[in-house]
Amino acid sequence: MSGNKSGKLSYGMVIDVDKCTGCMTCAVACQQENNVPFREDETNKVRSITWLEVFYLDNGKSYPDHRKAYLPRPCLQCDADPYPPCTFVCPVNATQRDEETGLVSHIPVRCIGCRYCISACSYHARYFNWWDPKWPKPMEEMLTPEVSTRMRGVVEKCTFCVHRLQLAKDKAFAEGRRELDDGEYVPACVEACPAKAMVFGNLSDSHSEVAKLAKSPKAFRLLERLGTKPKVIYLSGQEWIHKLADNVI
Amino acid sequence: MTGENKQQNSGLLGWALFVVGFAGALFVGWIVFPQLLYSTKYQPINYNHAIHQEEAGMSCEDCHFFREDGTYAGKPKLAACAECHSEPQGETEDEAKLVSEYVEPEKEIPWISYSRQPDNVFFSHAAHVKMAEMDCTDCHRDVEGQTKAPPVKINRLTGYPNEVMKMYVCEDCHAQENVSNACDVCHK
Repeated sequence: MSGNKSGKLSYGMVIDVDKCTGCMTCAVACQQENNVPFREDETNKVRSITWLEVFYLDNGKSYPDHRKAYLPRPCLQCDADPYPPCTFVCPVNATQRDEETGLVSHIPVRCIGCRYCISACSYHARYFNWWDPKWPKPMEEMLTPEVSTRMRGVVEKCTFCVHRLQLAKDKAFAEGRRELDDGEYVPACVEACPAKAMVFGNLSDSHSEVAKLAKSPKAFRLLERLGTKPKVIYLSGQEWIHKLADNVI
Repeated sequence: MTGENKQQNSGLLGWALFVVGFAGALFVGWIVFPQLLYSTKYQPINYNHAIHQEEAGMSCEDCHFFREDGTYAGKPKLAACAECHSEPQGETEDEAKLVSEYVEPEKEIPWISYSRQPDNVFFSHAAHVKMAEMDCTDCHRDVEGQTKAPPVKINRLTGYPNEVMKMYVCEDCHAQENVSNACDVCHK
């Protein structure tokens, strides 16, 4: 049984690693969309915040066998039963999985900054705000009003752009619909990807593109053996990437 | 004086002190403390709902409407006021102020919201009005026939008006109506 109780809705993403060119458009779109703070000096990657990190992979061999790939990693919105590792350890219920949509939310104002969830996350998808966010003068005008900014001392992570789901639902309700059409709710990264390497949709709907792709023989999940059941599924035809993705000690 | 009388007197005195103390406590609790806790702010213009409805024949939706994308236009922009009030139509002080201070210099009116939710709340009017078919007055005050904009009581500690709906009210209703209470349904 999957952790998602409703069964009807389970938002997930399929990322084709073979199509990804590593252009980082998804990461930029994410940073812009979600008001992710940055600092003047971003050289310390342990302290910087990247909701969607693009990893560089290579097979470690030299020419002519050398192969490389890029792997974008948003929050994988684990479907583990009964809880994803991060929500299980949260002492204040600041992060939980919405059992109707399968989205793992994080509410920064409730967060006490204990960072248990950061330790629990197997994918380093969670980040801590070491400083109050600052935007140089004209950039404040460019913040997304639907996403609240976070303060110093709390954790944050990718939410699959849940505010876009709220807006899409708003529109559907105004038109008298309860159900969303396919493609009405799409996170910023998927929308921005120029290589069409990312697909987003309802994994529980067997007719959706994501559900079909997720069943492909090329499909794999990151660290599958941990049993976290991520709802972000990767595709690759290359054996070495599959091996690297399941690199559990 | 006998001992019995003394006892009676002290009994009376006790009651008197109790009544004075009780009244004092009520005075502090009902009058002094709210005064201390809430500051009172007045709207920049005393908007008269009644006159717009009755004499101008306007409906609520002329100002408070849904946009096409499902978002809700809470209060109208100055442009809507300026459609009719490019010149004063009556003789009230507030209307003269509207024309001279806001319409002519094209400055938006800084209305104070009675019920705006905090920054991290996503409230959907469409979900509640269109889907759950709730009335506006289930949450907001009834403005029909209202000639005065009531003052806004703002909590000095939190900075929010006292009419802003608290989270437990949302949660209670969601639980009763069997609607999801997951964090990301309302928070952003």
